[in-house]
Order: sequence, then C-alpha cells, then structure tokens
Amino acid sequence: MSLVKRVAYFIGLPVLLIALWWLLTLGPTNFFVPKPLKLAETFWTVWASDRIRTDFLPSIIRLFIGLAASIVLGVVLGVLIGTYRWLRSLTEPILEFFRAIPPPVLVPLLMLLIGINDQMKIVVIIAGAIWPVLLNTVEGVRAVDQVLSDTSATYGITGFARLRYLVLPGASPQIMAGVRQCLSIGLILMVISEMFGSSSGLGFTIVLFQRGFAIPEMWSGIAVLGLIGIGLSFVFRGVEGRALGWYHGLREMQRDS
Amino acid sequence: MTVNELTLTKTNPVTETNGSAPSPMLSVQGLKKVYQVGDGEIEAVRDLTFDVAAGELVCLVGPSGAGKTTLLKCIAGLLTPTSGVVQLAGKTVTEPPKAMAVVFQEYGRSLFPWMTVQDNVELPLKNQRVPKAERQQLVNDALAAVELSHVPKSYPWQLSGGMQQRVAIARAVAYKPKVMLMDEPFAAVDAQTRADLEDLIRSIWKKLGVTILFVTHDIDESVYLGERVIILSNSPTVVQDDLTIDLPEQRDQLETRSSPRFTDLRSRVYEQIQLAKSRALTGPTAVPRKNQKP
Amino acid sequence: MSGKRLSEPLLGVVGILLFLAGWEAVPRLGLVSARFLPPASTVLVQLVNYVGQASFWGDVGQTMLSWALGLAISIVAAVVLGLTIGSSRFLGRATHSTIEFLRPIPSVALIPLAVLLFGIKMESSLLLVIYASFWQVLLQVLYGVQDVDPVADNTAKSYGLGRIARVRYVVWPTVLPYLMTGVRLASAVALILAITAELVIGSPGLGKQIGLTQSGGAVAEMYALIVATGLIGVLINVGVRMVERRVLTWHPSVRSETFA
Repeated sequence: MSLVKRVAYFIGLPVLLIALWWLLTLGPTNFFVPKPLKLAETFWTVWASDRIRTDFLPSIIRLFIGLAASIVLGVVLGVLIGTYRWLRSLTEPILEFFRAIPPPVLVPLLMLLIGINDQMKIVVIIAGAIWPVLLNTVEGVRAVDQVLSDTSATYGITGFARLRYLVLPGASPQIMAGVRQCLSIGLILMVISEMFGSSSGLGFTIVLFQRGFAIPEMWSGIAVLGLIGIGLSFVFRGVEGRALGWYHGLREMQRDS
Repeated sequence: MTVNELTLTKTNPVTETNGSAPSPMLSVQGLKKVYQVGDGEIEAVRDLTFDVAAGELVCLVGPSGAGKTTLLKCIAGLLTPTSGVVQLAGKTVTEPPKAMAVVFQEYGRSLFPWMTVQDNVELPLKNQRVPKAERQQLVNDALAAVELSHVPKSYPWQLSGGMQQRVAIARAVAYKPKVMLMDEPFAAVDAQTRADLEDLIRSIWKKLGVTILFVTHDIDESVYLGERVIILSNSPTVVQDDLTIDLPEQRDQLETRSSPRFTDLRSRVYEQIQLAKSRALTGPTAVPRKNQKP
Repeated sequence: MSGKRLSEPLLGVVGILLFLAGWEAVPRLGLVSARFLPPASTVLVQLVNYVGQASFWGDVGQTMLSWALGLAISIVAAVVLGLTIGSSRFLGRATHSTIEFLRPIPSVALIPLAVLLFGIKMESSLLLVIYASFWQVLLQVLYGVQDVDPVADNTAKSYGLGRIARVRYVVWPTVLPYLMTGVRLASAVALILAITAELVIGSPGLGKQIGLTQSGGAVAEMYALIVATGLIGVLINVGVRMVERRVLTWHPSVRSETFA
C-alpha cells in the first residue's frame, strides 16, 4: 500500500469524526459538549501551566512506581507459583478470590489501613495491576514446551540457567499480554485513588472541574487521561515489538504454512 | 563390494581391562518401566538388556508402540526406570549425564525459537562455561560439519525442517559428547532430506568417533546406518533380536541399498518385526549377538 | 519421599485455612489495630448478618442488574460492529487507527461525563460498564474474524453462498472461541466497572454501600461487603468458565487465549 493511501486510512475516520463534531457544535454553545477549538484552547491554558508540576507529574510518577512494582512482583511471584506445583495448589483459591475483588473497592480499605498518602495510592495501583502479570506469568511458566524442557535437561541447563534461557523467554509472550492489561488497570487505579480525599493529582483535578461544572476544563482532563493511555500503549508496543520479535516472526511463519 | 567382505574391525579408543573385552560405553541391564495409569499399570518395557561398545553406531528398531521413546528417555536420564540399570562408561545414570547429547524427533520444539542458530548451538557450551574463543571455534566447526555455515544469524523457524534438524545435530556435535542418542530424528522429514541427513550422520560419526544409539521405525534406515541393529519386541518390550550389519563401511544411498546383502539383512529385520507385532513374548530374554565375531 | 503427597484440592483448602488463620491472628495479636482490620471471625459474622437482610440482596440485585444489562448490550454491539468491520477490508483499515486510539482510553475518564449526564442513577453505571466491556469483546471478535481461513471462505463463495450464509457457516464457528474469551474478559471487567461506578459516583448497588460504610466508620461491615464482592466475582468467573467450556466442547478447535 502506498504511503499516501496509508496516511489516508490513518487519519480518514478521525478527521471525519472531528469534522462532524465541529459541525454539530456550530450553533450556540452546548453545555455538555464544547466546540473543538474551545477544547483545544482550554487544554492549552489548563495543562501547559503549573499544573504539570503540581498535578500531572506526581500522578505519573506514582503510576510508574506502581506499574514497575506490579510487574516485578508479579513476575517473581508468578515464577515461584508456576514452578512449584504444591505452591500453586496452596495459593490458588486465595488468589482466585483476591483477583475477583474489584480493585477500586480496596481504596476505602487501604485508606483505613495506610491513610491518605502516596503510599496508599501506589499500593492501590499494585493491588489491582499485579494480577494480570502474576496470573499470566504462572500460565506462561507452566506451559513450557516439554520437548524443549527435556532438551535443556539433557544439556545440563538447570536451575537459574533454566530460568534465564528457557522459562522466562518461553513465558514472555504470556507475560507481555499480562503487562499490557496491567498498564490499563494501573492507569484506572491511579485516577481512582486520587478521586477520594486527595488534594492533588489528575483524578482529583478532573473531579474538581466536574463538581465546579467547568465543562471544557473537565473534557481537557479527560483528554489528558486519554493521551496518557495512548502514550503507554505506544511505549508498550515498542517494547513488545523488540522483545517479542522472534515470537511475531514465528507466528507469522505458522500462519503462512 | 561383495557379500563375502567382512566388516573391518575398528580400533576404538576404549578403556582396556587386562586383555578382556573392553567395557561397553553404554550398558543397559534388565531395564523395566511400568507406568501407573488410573487404577492399573501399563508395563511399557519389560526387560531390556544390551550393550553398546565405544564408537559403535547401533540402531534400535521396533514396531510402533514398542516403548522406544520410553527406553530412550530412561537411557537419557529423563525417566527413572522401575527397575534395571543404565550405565554410561561404567557410571550409573540417575539424571541426564554430562557426556550424553540427545537429538529429538521434533526439531521444531527442541530448538529455542528466541535464539539464533548460532546461539542455539552455543548454548550448552555457554552453560558449561567454555571460554568464548573456544566456544566460537566449536560452534563454527559444528555448523561447518552440518553444512550450515551460511545461516548463523537466522532463527530456527526461518529454516526448513531438514535444516532445523541439522542445527540440532550441530548443537549435539559442538557439545562433544561421548554418546549421542537420536530419537527417530528423521521421521518428520521428507525422504530426500532424510537420505542426506543419514549420510551426514555417518560422516559425522566417522569423523568424531562418537558412540551413537539411533532409534528409528524405518527398517531400511536402520540397516543402512547401523553397524548393529537391535530389534525390539512389541510392548511389554524385550530385545527380540540383535543383528550385526556386515555391510561395507563406505555406504552409498544408491549402491548399498540395492546390494543383495542389504536386501538380505533388510528382510531379516522385517521378518523379525512382523514376528514382534504378531506375538507378545513372555519372559525376559537377553538375546545373544548373532554373527558373533570370533 | 516420606508420606503421600497431599492431593491438590486439599492443599487449596489448607491454603484458605492458613489465610483465615492469619487474618484472625494479626488483629488479635495487635500487629494491626483491630479498628482498621477486624479479625476474620468478626467480618464473617457480619457477612452472615448481611445475608439475612433484604436490603443487602437489594444492593446485590442492583449491581447484578447493571452488570448483566451492560454486558448484554456491549456484547451485542461488539459482535455486530466486529463482524461488520471484520467482513470488509476497507472498513477494517479505515477504522484501525480510530480503534487503536480510543481503546487505551481508561473508562474512568468517563466518570465525570456520566455524572453530568445521569447523576447518580443506574445509567451512570451502565455507561461505564458498556464502554469498558465493549472494547474487550470487540477486540476479540476482530481477532476471530482475522483468523477465518481464507481457503474455507473462498470455497464457500465459489459454492454461491451469500454473505449472510458465509457468516453463519464459515465466520461464526471461527469467531466463537474468540467471542467466548471476550465474554470471559468482559464479565470480569463489567463487574469491576459496575462496582467502581457505584463506589465513586454513588449509583445504587454494593459499591455505593461500601462507600457509605467506609465514610460512616462501619469497618467490619465494609470488610464484609468487600468479601461479598469478591465472592460474587469468583462466582462470575467460575460460571463464565463453565459456560465457555459447555459452548465450546463440541467445537473441534478449542483455542487458547490470543496473546496481546
């Protein structure tokens, strides 16, 4: 497909939708839906300001710490539980229960136990975002190919080497799928943790706007969240593409055959 | 190449014990494997006893379901036998021994898909902490031996089936084992490639002087490749027959396979297999080697 | 190895007991103040109390209604849209960038909007549930359509099967396992969003109760409701998995979940 065609497909529908939005708001200002230009203007005034320092950055930093901790803990625990069958049997019902608890519900609980501070917000993120990583890691570790495992055993690749050369790379597609879900859950929890009794952060700011009926400002906040989500997705795809290049190649081969 | 030419006796670098027969490289004694299935048991292997001398190329043939894979896994130390003993160079095998390399049938699943050909061949050496320069040399030599020097940076799944199996063989070769176990390695490969690979194995075997135990269900292949063919019975498995292949050392796909002696031996093996399929032998029998050299 | 290996379900029960024992011990030993973490027994008693109350079941019903309704609507919408987009290469290409843009937008971003539009009525919950579940199912349906064997499709075309017939005989069986995966994921997400909406916005349901007990300082009650939510979640997960297995047992290819 030529470059022109590709660009056309890429921006076609979005441009169409934006044009529609512009057309529909041509008349007098609607309470709920701001005009596109007004939104862009508001976005700039609200966010290209001190807000970056006071609200945006702290939220993002908490998000990253929470995500990093979720991924590391999730993988470590996942490897342990996936490797030792007795450990998996022991923990399975409890894990099944905890993962079924909607994470936002833990916010009041953690507020009680830890108080309203950065630690609480980070723990909330971990409490929800760890599950897809942990569960997917367990599955990935268990699904190691038997022939590959036998081969490793015959060449004396055991213990730590086995983990490094066989188990982790083998489980990485599954783990990556878990990380992707972890990112979206983490973002949601970051916002929610800030909507309760917080005094700064993205979630707090958006609720503030909404309560004050500052609608265009509220939409700009929503747009920021959307952009963060898209940004994370972008970064993830880059990392996943590099780390799982072999996997995509392999699947393409299998699909063509 | 006449029928009357005897096999030349090879001088092998074997541990000699005061003039008595050199101790075998691989020794299987009374091997038995019983599986617990549900409420009952399945006796896969009843009693296998045979030896493989150092530097020999022995083929194992048997009807499907004869427990060949079970046997191989026990020898490789991947399965614990119910009773009986496997010894490699005099030491009992309890876990995968260091001096042994295995080439599996499913080449697609025995090579690491996240590593290049070069990395795959190198991995066992890296794991043994062989220094880098030496590793590099071994890898290059091994890839040259299997004629794959031109694809070191490719991924296994980018290669054809035959090439993938060559990589697996190169990996085993670079590892410099004393014994190579091969579990129907060419069963999943097309006939033309199989012929090339068979010749490859023989040439590697001759060059390295390594001991090879080659499991196959292909009768022709077993006779073409082996110095000896051990025929297994149906499950519960025992050794049904042990045949010395007195074909000439230089073998050729066309000439050897059309020679009368080949046809003879081949028929012999085929008969035995038919026999194996039609009856279940009771009682252990360690069958002595036929055509024993004086 | 000495002794018989404990069977797996038994180990699971042991795990649960160990956890409960720990939960009982920690507040009683004063490691964490009982005011913030009541012992397991207290919470379980409170839970049993709730089970006897009509209002509790009213809340459960509310949450389940939002969940079920939102899930149903999003599944229908996603299947229709997914099959439509998937059936045409042009549509697939044209919508790809938009879908990739919209999909990572977190559902919580819609909370202020929901409040503006519907206040604290059930519709707020519905909005969030539908939004989040829709994407889960849509993506899986799109994967499924992508997986349709072009050879089978072409064969059907050459036998004169029209579009609808092809969807019924070629596309649908391929898409079904993916759809089930999507439904499974969406079921869990729908519960999370329903409870979240109730908690944050205050629309009727268990989530709202949890918020009330927390602000009212009824700690044991709050824990009991959280446990109840978890149990409901487990039931949903188990139930959906059973349905998935039943629907797909006669399906020759039970696929594993597509990665990413």
